[in-house]
Amino acid sequence: MSTTAAAVEPIIEARQLEKFYPQPDGTRIQVISPTDIAVYPGQIIALLGPSGCGKSTMLRMLTGLSPTSGGTVYWHGKPVAGEDPNVSIVFQSFALFPWLTVIENVEAPLEARGIPEFERHKRALRIIDSVGLDGFESAYPKELSGGMKQRVGVARALVVEPEVLFMDEPFSALDVLTAETLRGELLDLWLEKKIPTRAIFIVTHNIEEAVVLADRIIVLGRNPAHIHAEFNVDIPHYRDRKNPRFIELVDLIYRALTQQDHPELPTGTTSQGQASGAERRTILMLPHTRPGGMAGLLEILVDQGGHADLHALADELSLEVDALLPTVDTAVLLGMLKLEEGDAIITPGGQAFAHGDIQERKAIFRQAALANVPLLRQMEQSLKAKANRTLPAEFFQDLLDEHFSEDEARRQLETAIQWGRYAEVFDYDAASGKLTLTEA
Amino acid sequence: MPSPVPLPEHQLPVPPILRRPAGTRWAWGFLIDIAVFVSVFAVIFGVYSIGRSWLGPVKVEAEISQNPRSLPLYALYSLVRILVAYLLSLIFALVYGYAAAKSRRAEIILIPLLDILQSIPVLSFLPPVMLAMVSLFPNRQLGVEIGSIVLIFTGQVWNIAFSFYSSLKTIPRDLREAAIIYRFGRWQRFLELDLPFSTIGLVWNSMMSVAGGWFFLMACEMFVLGDKDFRLPGLGSFLQTAASGGNTSAMLWGLVTMVAVIVLMDQLLWRPVIAWADKFKFEQVESGSGNQNSILNFIRKESYLIRAYRRLLHPLVEWITAQFAKSAKRAAASFSSSKITQRRGSLLLWILLPIAASAVLYGTYRTVQELAHLHTGDYLALLGSAGYTFLRVNLSLIIGALWTIPVGVAIGFSPRFARLAQPLVQLAASIPATALFPIILVFLVQLRGGVEIAAMTLMLLGTQWYILFNVIAGAMAIPTDLKEAAHIFRFGSFDRWRYLILPGIFPYLITGMVTASGGAWNASIVAEYFHFRGKIVEAPGLGSTISRASDAGHFDLLLASTLIMATVVVLVNRLIWRRLFRLASTRFKLET
Repeated sequence: MSTTAAAVEPIIEARQLEKFYPQPDGTRIQVISPTDIAVYPGQIIALLGPSGCGKSTMLRMLTGLSPTSGGTVYWHGKPVAGEDPNVSIVFQSFALFPWLTVIENVEAPLEARGIPEFERHKRALRIIDSVGLDGFESAYPKELSGGMKQRVGVARALVVEPEVLFMDEPFSALDVLTAETLRGELLDLWLEKKIPTRAIFIVTHNIEEAVVLADRIIVLGRNPAHIHAEFNVDIPHYRDRKNPRFIELVDLIYRALTQQDHPELPTGTTSQGQASGAERRTILMLPHTRPGGMAGLLEILVDQGGHADLHALADELSLEVDALLPTVDTAVLLGMLKLEEGDAIITPGGQAFAHGDIQERKAIFRQAALANVPLLRQMEQSLKAKANRTLPAEFFQDLLDEHFSEDEARRQLETAIQWGRYAEVFDYDAASGKLTLTEA
Repeated sequence: MPSPVPLPEHQLPVPPILRRPAGTRWAWGFLIDIAVFVSVFAVIFGVYSIGRSWLGPVKVEAEISQNPRSLPLYALYSLVRILVAYLLSLIFALVYGYAAAKSRRAEIILIPLLDILQSIPVLSFLPPVMLAMVSLFPNRQLGVEIGSIVLIFTGQVWNIAFSFYSSLKTIPRDLREAAIIYRFGRWQRFLELDLPFSTIGLVWNSMMSVAGGWFFLMACEMFVLGDKDFRLPGLGSFLQTAASGGNTSAMLWGLVTMVAVIVLMDQLLWRPVIAWADKFKFEQVESGSGNQNSILNFIRKESYLIRAYRRLLHPLVEWITAQFAKSAKRAAASFSSSKITQRRGSLLLWILLPIAASAVLYGTYRTVQELAHLHTGDYLALLGSAGYTFLRVNLSLIIGALWTIPVGVAIGFSPRFARLAQPLVQLAASIPATALFPIILVFLVQLRGGVEIAAMTLMLLGTQWYILFNVIAGAMAIPTDLKEAAHIFRFGSFDRWRYLILPGIFPYLITGMVTASGGAWNASIVAEYFHFRGKIVEAPGLGSTISRASDAGHFDLLLASTLIMATVVVLVNRLIWRRLFRLASTRFKLET
């Protein structure tokens, strides 16, 4: 925690905030491990992390939208439960009411607070003007471009003069140029003190966006979510993306994100007898990728001489971390790639894969997957154990349900089926939902 | 009736700025105001004559005129009945759907109940409803009138309730969260999120319900209950009397009047409403040409209606919202207060639960008592008639599918053909088959097995449109690139149907057939049993059993046959349609 901030009383403070889903068998699925987070006045805070890591859940618990499983959120030192914190959210999907005009959308929160019509109208017009939507008051959202819609979203959030403005991936549904413009406009409002908002809390997966906007960046780790690293940004606004300190910081955060402590691989063999409720292993979480994506990444690496800086690679492919990281994770998991100091280095196995034809690739993939992915190995063994070599996919879904939330378990199984089909470990019939062992 | 074919291209999209004219075009505005003025007087006269009829003494076996001159007034009577029943349905459906969607406890009971209520035919409600109403108002025609309205209501309400419920359940999470974070109270949330999001579904289901009201009008305006013969002046009873007496010219006059009323309602009410509902489409990007309607555009201009809204309704809504805002608490954040309401809720539940449970137990006891009057032989006969009706319903469904699939695909694939066929099909679909039926009967009763053909014809006439409209929509939804692929690979017409068309329309076809199946079961009560030229013509089946039991006042038989029909319909839905529907929404879903 920075020394300057410690002297000031935080607006929102979460202590040992956690989220888990209790299971019928008495165990729990931990989504967010106990975490301390504080929002101080005068700061823009960015919560950064790969998608699906629990950033949005964190935001929803801090605003009181989603109940906490453990820990307390304090609002000016008092538990938020009895308070009525004055906060707003800007949503990724804009969340505008399509049947209300721009001005009706902006007026709605004021209406909810019982502000009379005339006053409401005046305040809405003022804020619409300040986000540059003059002349669009009576338009319906569907007539507006994405950028304009999010301007309405921002206007609606600001019209209640929130003490803390929460933004949930506010610019990621917009094209690059529009997003950049909106970031600039947000900074204008904030830096020129045109709005009484005392703090902004922004959730994003875009590193550069975080560095452009935030005074403090919190990097979340996955599975379960936890604070992985924290950075203070002391570059004065407006920040130049070509500034060496900017580039250095982006690189630093990149490394923090890629050097995520991979969850422990299950020790020993995966014999079924061990899976008692008392000793719960963390099961290996598969990154949701398709084998084809990894092949593309390895081919590019081979072209670049076998190693490349991840940041440069992402830039070159104009991909965001979010899109590149899972593919990198997959290759690392399968032993085809090594990560050293933010550089990706291809392994001999990866070389062989990249140079192979489609049948060779499948063979290499099969070997690597069965060696490194306990779930696939377990699926193969279970199928072998059956006389007809067939099992319903639900069988494995049930196994995964013990370790993951329902949605995540479904995605995990989908990924495992993708990989297993590509590796020709088994066939999958979507209509009957049955897996059948592929006979060699 | 649903209209899946888009408006012709010559209607250019109107730029947003031009859409809401600010100035007043005096000529039109003036005419509208005059029209409103004249209508007010017409309405006053209508209310007066309806009131005189309703509050008059009970007219048992009232004379139903066969003079075409009485048709306008009769049409008005029927229209008012249907509209009042519809308004009641709408209010009830909103309350029911809201309760089911907002309370998990209520949902557990209300949704299966809806499923069962939906499968009970209108006539089964007749004896309890009529007896209750007549004993409430023994000396006034009002009792019979309310009874008739409640009957129409029971045929209209369930699908609207279900539509509202499922809309509420599918409101996107972001919008729900926005409503919470911006502290919408219940009222504001209902007005600005719940209701608008459900509007399109409500409009389509309202149209279907009102069409159903016309379909069962004849059964709802004239009926025998034991030794009592109830007749209410109206279009339905006019047609029924004409059919019983074999008065062909009166039949034709009645039919023409009914079609005229329905077409007028379509043009003056439903089209403007659909155009207005366009703004509630949940979409982020405007889709093609906006739905324009000249009547709606007239109303939107400065007429008295708009002014009345601004001066009266708007301040009222404003005031209510303000009252709610004062007491509103943020639902999600105020954990403590929600716990208190929960506790209060569960206390209420503990008081109500035993009362409800004993009522249900008593009802079950009486039902069993009533059912014990019947012998095993009666039950076997009932099962046999259920089998007959089952065959009839499904045969008519198959026939319906067989002709609608090729025609629907032809219409859906060819915009030119669609432009020609669409209005014709819509007109044909809007004629209630029951009104047309007596005329068809004139020919059919002379044939051998004519009664069978007649029963199935009526089921078909009543339900095939659901299949047709859905097939058209399905054919239009098949992406052009798939059609082009079929063309490039030189699919023969067999392969085209097998790989492209049938899988493409499958989900739509199933949707249409589910609705048609429910409709056909319901229609069996009028299709298998009818008064014609002074005689009763009937085909053996569950529908005719219900009608006969209702006519004769055999409550035990009525109860038993209704129970069996509800069971069969629910079983068929669960075992056949739900599975096909799941298949349709997984394997045959067109995804990009």
